[in-house]
Amino acid sequence: MGDYRQPDRLEEALEALIRPHAVLAGGTDFYPARVGRTVEEDILDISRIKGLRGISRNGAGWRLGATTTWSELLAADLPPLFDGLKQAAREVGGRQIQNAGTLAGNLCNASPAADGVPPLLALDAEVELASRTGVRRLALSKFIVGNRRTQLSPGELLVAIHVPKHATIARSSFLKLGARRYLVISIVMAAATLEIADDRVAAARVAVGACSAVAQRLPLLEVALVGAPFDSRLAERVEPVHLAPLAPIDDVRGSAAYRLDAAVTVLRRLLAEVAS
Amino acid sequence: MKVAFTLNDQKMDWCGLPATRLAAALRDDLGLTGTKVGCDAGDCGACTVRLDGRQVCACLVAMGQMAGRTVETVEGLAAKDGRLAALQESFLTYGAAQCGICTPGMLMAAHDLLSRQPRPERAAVEEALGGVLCRCTGYSKIVEAVLAVGASKPAVIPEAGGAVGARVPRVDGVAKITGRDLFGADVMPADTLWIRVVRSPHARARFTVGDLAPLRARLAAVLTADDIPFNGYGIYPDVKDQPVLAAGQVRYRGEAVLALVGERTAVLAVRDEDVPIAWAPEPPLLGIDAATVPQAPLVQADKPRNLLLDGGVRRGDPAGAFARCTAVAEGMFETSFVEHAYIEPEAGWARRVGDRIEIHATTQTPYMDRDEIANVMRLSPEAVRIVPTACGGGFGGKLDLSVQPLIAVAAWQLGCPVALVYTRPESMAASTKRHPARVRAKFGCDAEGRLLACDVTATFDTGAYASWGPTVANRVPVHAMGPYAMPNVRTWGEAFFTNGPPAGAFRGFGVPQAAIAHEAMMDELADRLGIDRLEFRHRNALRVGDTTATGQKLDHSAGLPQCLDALRPHWRKAHEEVSAFNAKDGPRRRGVGIGCMWYGIGNTSMSNPSRMRVGLSVDGVLTLYNGALDIGQGSNTIMTQIVADAVGLPAGQFALVSGDTDLTADAGKTSASRQTFVSGRAAEAAGRDLRRQILRLANAGADARLSLEGTVLTVRDGTETHSLDLAKVGPLMGEGTFDPPTTPLDADGQGIPYATYAFAAQMATVEVDIELGTVKVLHIVAAHDVGKAINPTLVEGQIEGGIAQGLGLALMEEYLPGRTENLHDYLIPTVGDVPEIECLLIEDREPLGPSGAKGVGEPGLVPTAPAILGAVHHATGVRAHRVPLLPHRLREAILAGKGRKA
Repeated sequence: MGDYRQPDRLEEALEALIRPHAVLAGGTDFYPARVGRTVEEDILDISRIKGLRGISRNGAGWRLGATTTWSELLAADLPPLFDGLKQAAREVGGRQIQNAGTLAGNLCNASPAADGVPPLLALDAEVELASRTGVRRLALSKFIVGNRRTQLSPGELLVAIHVPKHATIARSSFLKLGARRYLVISIVMAAATLEIADDRVAAARVAVGACSAVAQRLPLLEVALVGAPFDSRLAERVEPVHLAPLAPIDDVRGSAAYRLDAAVTVLRRLLAEVAS
Repeated sequence: MKVAFTLNDQKMDWCGLPATRLAAALRDDLGLTGTKVGCDAGDCGACTVRLDGRQVCACLVAMGQMAGRTVETVEGLAAKDGRLAALQESFLTYGAAQCGICTPGMLMAAHDLLSRQPRPERAAVEEALGGVLCRCTGYSKIVEAVLAVGASKPAVIPEAGGAVGARVPRVDGVAKITGRDLFGADVMPADTLWIRVVRSPHARARFTVGDLAPLRARLAAVLTADDIPFNGYGIYPDVKDQPVLAAGQVRYRGEAVLALVGERTAVLAVRDEDVPIAWAPEPPLLGIDAATVPQAPLVQADKPRNLLLDGGVRRGDPAGAFARCTAVAEGMFETSFVEHAYIEPEAGWARRVGDRIEIHATTQTPYMDRDEIANVMRLSPEAVRIVPTACGGGFGGKLDLSVQPLIAVAAWQLGCPVALVYTRPESMAASTKRHPARVRAKFGCDAEGRLLACDVTATFDTGAYASWGPTVANRVPVHAMGPYAMPNVRTWGEAFFTNGPPAGAFRGFGVPQAAIAHEAMMDELADRLGIDRLEFRHRNALRVGDTTATGQKLDHSAGLPQCLDALRPHWRKAHEEVSAFNAKDGPRRRGVGIGCMWYGIGNTSMSNPSRMRVGLSVDGVLTLYNGALDIGQGSNTIMTQIVADAVGLPAGQFALVSGDTDLTADAGKTSASRQTFVSGRAAEAAGRDLRRQILRLANAGADARLSLEGTVLTVRDGTETHSLDLAKVGPLMGEGTFDPPTTPLDADGQGIPYATYAFAAQMATVEVDIELGTVKVLHIVAAHDVGKAINPTLVEGQIEGGIAQGLGLALMEEYLPGRTENLHDYLIPTVGDVPEIECLLIEDREPLGPSGAKGVGEPGLVPTAPAILGAVHHATGVRAHRVPLLPHRLREAILAGKGRKA
């Protein structure tokens, strides 16, 4: 039977990580990976570390603590910039999962279909990684590098997600396509953040999930959106060629060809919605 | 680790390993088994509790995180004095609990909502319950119950003689809504050892087992094929082809190879890689084509061509008749393996009692289990006692043995109780599935739309072992022409072994697959001739006086025309609404579709008797000894209602003993929609027998009225009143049997396969997103001829639950070994996927049935997929030839051009 550490302070947690530990917070990915067998690895339970929980505002933007749950995010008073992330939060599992699962857990689990990743990519989020030797920040797009693979080094803990503020008005949205209404893994999902100035798109960030090992931003589409009037005709700017960064696979939920085809529709609807 | 927390308003101290799941601590350490475990992965929500006032899955919470926190479980819902909460009352009254395994989770999720929002709208209820899966109810009555809390109608309490036809609450309902009902994993003696089964990771392989001594040193025992006295079981007396533990070769992924027996933590700590098995995988035969190519390797050495069984029905001259047809439609339709996905995984425990073995397990068929275990253990059937636990859903999947032989053999050998509880992936990998089918159909009619001929070949993938494959292959040819008068018929059923999971019994025994084909043919012919699809079916519907394709004259109770008449106004209204919607532009298109079915009640041309007993003791206790197992469908209540009216005493006065093979007579298996019809008729006979005895003792006439108070039975006959003191009269026992009259089918399939048939017609309205290929079912109206609804609430519950499974079959369910062995990759409908359902009950009395009743267990499912697929065609022009019609399949078909194959 392994060790179970439950520190109150981050420093103790980082000290514990001198040795490898399975990190436990909401348990929504930890336990499903251990069905029908005893838990034997050393566990670092970070749920008691107050500094890792909750959402705060600073001069540069917002800090989303690692163990903030989806429900806490939904209850937080946040500007429309976060509408897309909140829409994603409502689509994570059922209420039970939203009440327990954490934002950082979703990122560290690094599923290609993680609901939190496209909206956070579209928010230009960075992750804050702490270890005994210091703290570093990494763009989320650099943090997740493959199916279930991240840049988290041994001894490091994801302690917060940072979302930068914008000089202009920003709007965001999220859309998920699945084969049933609740508790469903995405076939395709997309998120967009548009910055608006003079009723035109000043900057755009659009990301698609479940269509490649890691959710991808779509730079060509983002370029095509900049300068466009901010209205529902934004949808017309989406072209299949914009999907070049995607590399979907055939799996039990859908074919690769379908994913690319559906991604165009999902993106068009997403942009129509964000501009409505 | 010591943890202090608050549980249902009480301070609690718990001590154990911090990584222990809250669900396990509640159940195993604190004795609160009301919280159920369905997946241990947050996929099903059965373990939903409230933690600090929010619903969570107790299987995902570490006890190490519980210090100072507050938990509410189902056991805390009722008041301390036992008074039920309004929510529980509402669940009881509205029939929201069927098997009851998801009920605690549903209650806690609903409680969570109501604590914030006392009068929620439907959408809020769906959002709140979206994380709890139910496989029985189709969610309708659950949502209804939550919406009605506080404004709930009072429960029906019928008087003597008024039980049949009344919406009586389930007699076992209070146990289900308080968490007190005990399922397979809920109660075990303290000294019970545990089994973990080592299963094959390969679909086809040879293997050798290495030195087990190191494992045996760590554990109480390691069982191999050599430990099983007779290592073969199977449904049919002459086909015992499935080993309890594989001997040197495996034929499907998930097949049991070894059983590790020991302390629970000890067996669960053994990893597969620690078990010395040397595998030699071979290329598996997956799918019908692989198994039927010439020179294909054999799955079962004694089954040439991999053929399990074939046979059919022939009547008239189909070839000649097709030549005379004005319109002929043809098509091929394919279906997938479908998982039962009962929320209770297989579970139970056994103990040796002297020279007998006693098995407490979840099952649909205690007497078949008894005989099968006796055969496996080489004991006499009398040496085996089956004590069924509450069954958390079956749908056919708990007709086959699962945990029983291993716990029995281990308990017998070791002399102590032994338990086995499947994990969700294990349940999905090991258990039987619905047969994948390939149905080739050709139907023709004359210019007036009268059906003249059909030719149907249904080919089934029966997987690695026979299981119920013969039942499917026999039943389908009788039903494959659909519920229509058809003068010229050729139908053929055939089942082939493959290295897929054993395909067995699943609600409908192949008929749902065949119905997809015959209903598509009806639509095509109707469209071809420009006849309304409902009217086309009405014109051809079997009715009283018609002769079926097996040569059986239907003398009574063939209510399909009435079902269609009842649907007609809904059908017309739906067409108007759909046309209005489709007049608007946009990517969403609506359509309406219809499906019809008939279903023979009970075994096909085989005896399937039931025997029931009802006793009146010297203490004045009325007891129904009921061997008809309630797997959620409500037979405990149905039998009580029937027997109560037959005796003439109030249903509320009957106690129930259910399923225990030492205490109840054989009432057959809970399958083939047979319990209401067959066991119900036996219960009616038993009740009448007891009544006759009472009337004789009182020398009273047939119309006498009875009442029972204490030990005094009062018989009022006209103006005369007799009082019988039961203490003096002595105990009375009424008994009844019934075996539906059938005859064998001859080589051409001619004969009387079933004593009666259920009929149904359902219509579905759907909205298709043309650009994404998604289908949202908006509304279903279901008209079912049930003969007589003994309990309309329970009948509706069967129909609604069947519809949800039919919806899953049509749109989302596909079991792929190794790929969808959990409840997040294998999708069953959630509360947000099942539309509002309107049930129209048609009562075309069946003289053989109790009070005229037939069965309804399977019929609810059969017409749903055809109705949905017909609606998709109406909306898009795409005819689905393969189900499930997943979004990518439908979108690809839409892109390929309207009206082409999906």
